[in-house]
Parts: sequence; structure tokens; C-alpha cells
Amino acid sequence: MNGVIALIAGLLFGIGLNLAHMTDPEVVIGFLDVAGQWNPQLVFVLAGALVTAFIGFRLTGQSGQSWFGGALQLPTQRDIDAPLVCGAALFGIGWGLAGYCPGPGIAALTHGAADPAWFMLGMAAGMLGYGLRGHLNAGVK
Amino acid sequence: MAEFDWVSGLAGGVLIGLAATLLLAGSGRIAGISGILGEILSRPRAAGYWRWLFVIGLLLGAFGQQFFSATPVEPRMGYPILLLLFGGLLVGLGTRMGGGCTSGHGVCGMARLAPRSMVATVTFVATAIATVWLVRHGLGGVV
Repeated sequence: MNGVIALIAGLLFGIGLNLAHMTDPEVVIGFLDVAGQWNPQLVFVLAGALVTAFIGFRLTGQSGQSWFGGALQLPTQRDIDAPLVCGAALFGIGWGLAGYCPGPGIAALTHGAADPAWFMLGMAAGMLGYGLRGHLNAGVK
Repeated sequence: MAEFDWVSGLAGGVLIGLAATLLLAGSGRIAGISGILGEILSRPRAAGYWRWLFVIGLLLGAFGQQFFSATPVEPRMGYPILLLLFGGLLVGLGTRMGGGCTSGHGVCGMARLAPRSMVATVTFVATAIATVWLVRHGLGGVV
């Protein structure tokens, strides 16, 4: 059942991203370009997503249990540390340069152009590279 | 110039919020796409089949929407490959280091009013705006 839930959630997410044109880097960079011809589209996307998730999460959180997957698996980290801020800062720079974040990057692969594929190649390298860090540290110790 | 359509933006946002709610309510999971992708990439066999199915759903949903849409997204052409690769590298590195992206921190974490996610979201939006300003205006319109 968890597989069916994940598949439907992914479907809705993908439809939403493309309907909102989040998969169009011109729209995303247009939103980030506050000094140019500012495109407010992303404000509406984020507002729609946030209000819906806020209400949905409130209703869900009351029991602390999911329908099929047991207890809710929520992040437990609380501290605002250097990796959080540095990581977010680096992510923002990359987002501004490429015009894609991870979800739209995957979704845009379905448009059949090379542009998001190059982005995804770089992103996979970055994710795998960060994963290697643990191995390197373990090797040093 | 991409056209501004607030109705599609809002409707798409609501669908994203519904998707995040469904995954949490149904399976107890946070819809953080960088986390899901990171797990799939670092340990493809042990990532849990739900992560694979979520990504497959995402691809199918985007493909179907694009296919049936009266206003499909026009793919971007001719953008510098180096910028895409380097931008992607920073997105991959940064989202793993910071524990989330626009979906995990920006939507799910903010909806939970998590202080970590608020700090992350303000940070990545700020550096993204600064980067676009630098590339488009500060350096005299490189791209």
C-alpha cells in the first residue's frame, strides 16, 4: 500500500510542478530576478503548496500515525548549524545558476530536451560526492 | 519571456501540497525530493521501493501534464552546459549538506513551522536571488 501511496503522491507532485511551470527555468529565474522583469508566479505556487500542506499536516499530525506506514517519520534534528546554513547557501547559488531545483529537474527530463539532463548529471555528481565525504572521513580515522 | 499565469501557479501549488499531505498521511514520510534522490543514488537497492515509485510517479505526472496541457512548458534551448553542470553540482552538494531542498525545507518543513527549514529557505532564496542578480545584472548580463 505504501508503494501505491508513493506512486500517487509522485504523480500529483509531477502534475503540480509542470502545471505551475516550475519545470520552466525561465519562470524560476524570472522570480529570482528581482531587479529585472520580475515574474511573481512562484509566489502563487509556494502559497498554494504551503497553505495546503499546512492544513493537511495539521489534520495528519493529530494522530501521529499514518494510514499504512506506521508512525509519522518526521525529522528530529533541531539545531541550526553550519552544515544547514552552508548547504542551503550553496543550493541557492546552484538554483540561481541553473534555474532548476531537484524536483523540477527530474520532472523536466520528460520534456525531451538536453538542458535538464545536464543539470541532473551535475546534481547526481554533487549528491554522490557529498556521500563520499563520509567514506573519506572514515578512512582518515 | 515566460508568461505569468497565477491560476496555474496556485493550482499547481495546491497539487504539490496535496501530494506532500498524501505521502505523510498515507506512509508517514516527508516528500523531500533531494532526500529521496540522494537515497536512491547512494544506495539504490536499499533505498526502499516507495522512493523509486515516488520518482516514477513524478516523471509520469510531469510527462502526462506536459502531453495533455494546452500550454505546455517550452523547453529551454542553448543554455550554457557548464552552468547547468556546475549549478547542478552545487544543488546536489548543498541539498545533501543542508538536509533538504525546495520541497523538503521550502514546502514540508515550512508547513510544519520547523525553524531549521525556515532558516534554510530564507538562506537559499537569498543566495539564489543574489546569484541571479550577479549573473544577469552585476556582471553585465553574462547569461
